[in-house]
Amino acid sequence: MSIYGRGLRGLALTTVATITVAFTLVFFYAPLDADQGFVQKIFYVHVPLAITALCGFVFGGVLGAMYLRTGERKWDIRSYVAIHMALIFGVGTLITGAIWAKASWGHWWIWSDPTLTSFLIVMLLFATYQPLRFSIEDPERQARYASVFAVVAGAFVPLNFIAVRAAQAYVHPRVLTLAGGNLPGSMRLTFLVSLIGIALLYSTLWKYEMAAKSTRMRVRALRRTLLGDDAVAPLKRSAAPL
Amino acid sequence: MDQPPGIELSGLVRRFGERIVLRDVSLRLPVGSTLAVLGRNGAGKSTLLRILATLLRPHAGEVRVLGEALPRRGFAVRGRIGLLGHDPLLYRDLSGRENLTYHARLHGVGTERVEELLDLVRMTDRADEPVRLLSRGMVQRLAVCRAVLHRPRLLLLDEPLANLDPAATGLVAPLIGRESGTTRVLTSHDPRAALAEADLVLGLEDGRVAFVTDPGNVGATAIERLYA
Amino acid sequence: MRDERAPGPWRTALTVLRKDLLLELRGFETLPAMVLFALTTFVIFHFGFARDTIDGQLAAGVLTVTLLFAAMLGINRLFVAEREQGGFDAFLLAPVDRTALLVAKALALGVFLVVLEVIAVPAFGLLLLGPSLGSRLPGLIAMLALGDVALAVIGTLVSAIAVQTRARDLIGPIIGLPLLIPALIGMARGLGPVLAAGGSGSPPGKWVAILALYDVVFALLAYAVFDFLLED
Repeated sequence: MSIYGRGLRGLALTTVATITVAFTLVFFYAPLDADQGFVQKIFYVHVPLAITALCGFVFGGVLGAMYLRTGERKWDIRSYVAIHMALIFGVGTLITGAIWAKASWGHWWIWSDPTLTSFLIVMLLFATYQPLRFSIEDPERQARYASVFAVVAGAFVPLNFIAVRAAQAYVHPRVLTLAGGNLPGSMRLTFLVSLIGIALLYSTLWKYEMAAKSTRMRVRALRRTLLGDDAVAPLKRSAAPL
Repeated sequence: MDQPPGIELSGLVRRFGERIVLRDVSLRLPVGSTLAVLGRNGAGKSTLLRILATLLRPHAGEVRVLGEALPRRGFAVRGRIGLLGHDPLLYRDLSGRENLTYHARLHGVGTERVEELLDLVRMTDRADEPVRLLSRGMVQRLAVCRAVLHRPRLLLLDEPLANLDPAATGLVAPLIGRESGTTRVLTSHDPRAALAEADLVLGLEDGRVAFVTDPGNVGATAIERLYA
Repeated sequence: MRDERAPGPWRTALTVLRKDLLLELRGFETLPAMVLFALTTFVIFHFGFARDTIDGQLAAGVLTVTLLFAAMLGINRLFVAEREQGGFDAFLLAPVDRTALLVAKALALGVFLVVLEVIAVPAFGLLLLGPSLGSRLPGLIAMLALGDVALAVIGTLVSAIAVQTRARDLIGPIIGLPLLIPALIGMARGLGPVLAAGGSGSPPGKWVAILALYDVVFALLAYAVFDFLLED
């Protein structure tokens, strides 16, 4: 079994367990918010998704930097998977955020909040990652340019938040300050469990996809060795490295 | 001390994605000799030349050019290599003189050398016209000047005589021909012409070495198979 | 050990810059297009608004966005000559520091932007702006200068990435615009007080600082990654 497959089952089970616990806490333990009522509980999904997505983008940048340093293809595949997983989690963030916004503020989207704007800008940027990859045919160049993009875009994430935050007043609920948060104890516990659950979900999915891709790569290499080059059809032009 | 060979390749491999473009190419070319590279389109000739020019990195194997290992020492040896490929590498909106001056500056060569070369290829009077107005033969002459501007010790020539009439061919011969005395790698669509100039012949077939030998040993059938 | 005769990085950058400015003088396509685009955009804005003049934050926004989109035209064309006329190979064969190409192109784009602004800003003052430009010039120039650095650095980086792709005219803007949004915010917010009717004419320190920080970080980032875009 490849290194990604090892421990995957354990990780997956832990993820399922944590998320189940988180759900239980959300529905039965965490108190009902005085202002927003039940809808507020979306926060326990929305914020962990957001944090995981942003960390995923930065993680993708770090992996891209490793590719540039070593030239080993596996780093590029890792970076690709990290970024496109983070994009999916990001879309989840935007959807859950819109639901929450509509329910508590009456609008699907507002411009006056820096957090929303920053997040949208980051998503717009990373949405170009796959079109960029798809439009470069040479596989090695594709990996290299994608890694450069990942590094620059990953560095952009914190910069962007600083700049936009400086520009705007706060409307978005500020529950997580650097000081550690002004959540009451029960909410904090629920939030932490949710956060861990979603982070584990990201890791599991990342590992799973890496396992699938690396297996596919090895099968192709084996076929090539055993049956000769012609037995393996060349990969069609694609955005994915494999 | 023994001079290192002009070119030394050992198990050179270059890929394009999963496809292998050059596979296990090995040869040794003494300084001052000419290597002719024969093969069909797509056999890997241009890729080989670009690797020797330090424009592409080898993916496996060893490459030594003028004694320096690539890609590690690419920057050290770049200034001693001249490449003449399909593209003249000249900006069409600039004049011949301006183009050559640009290249001269990039190589740290003085402008007297530009004038010297323009004179040698008889382009002095048309050197101030934009390149896009010149005939292909004239552009090729300018391209030759560009390739030898910095007095390279290794010349990489991909169809160097394309578009040149016999008179022009005679003009550029002292610069890029056998009489220049430089180590040369030559590809040509005309195998016989290439063989006539070569000290060593490399036949490439689908990226693999079909043969590496003296020109005398290359039979007509071998060439036929290569281009079949 | 490098060839003793080969030029150092600054010399190389200046050689390439000189060549690019010469090419633009000969071809004369990019800069006129940028200027015309900006002027036309001002006219469009004039008809879009129900007022005769604008000032303050609105004016700052209009000016910034117009300059940004005009810059995009320049960015798309930055490496086109290299790509189509073998200029990359010519440069890569020379025994020079490759990052000099980044510096040269960023400087070239900067020059284009300055020339654009020399024409477009007075035009803006004439066509759209309410308060007079004269006393606000120092603040305006300071913010525009900082904004130009961001545009030049990010524009060059994005253009170098885009030129090697198939959809090169499209990829450049879609990557570049999100990356430039914080710089855009900085420039527009900084210019708001400068162009305000009763304003002091100087940009708030906070925005100058943010824009300057952005410039520095991206310049360093671009410098670090540029080599990877050129090698093969």
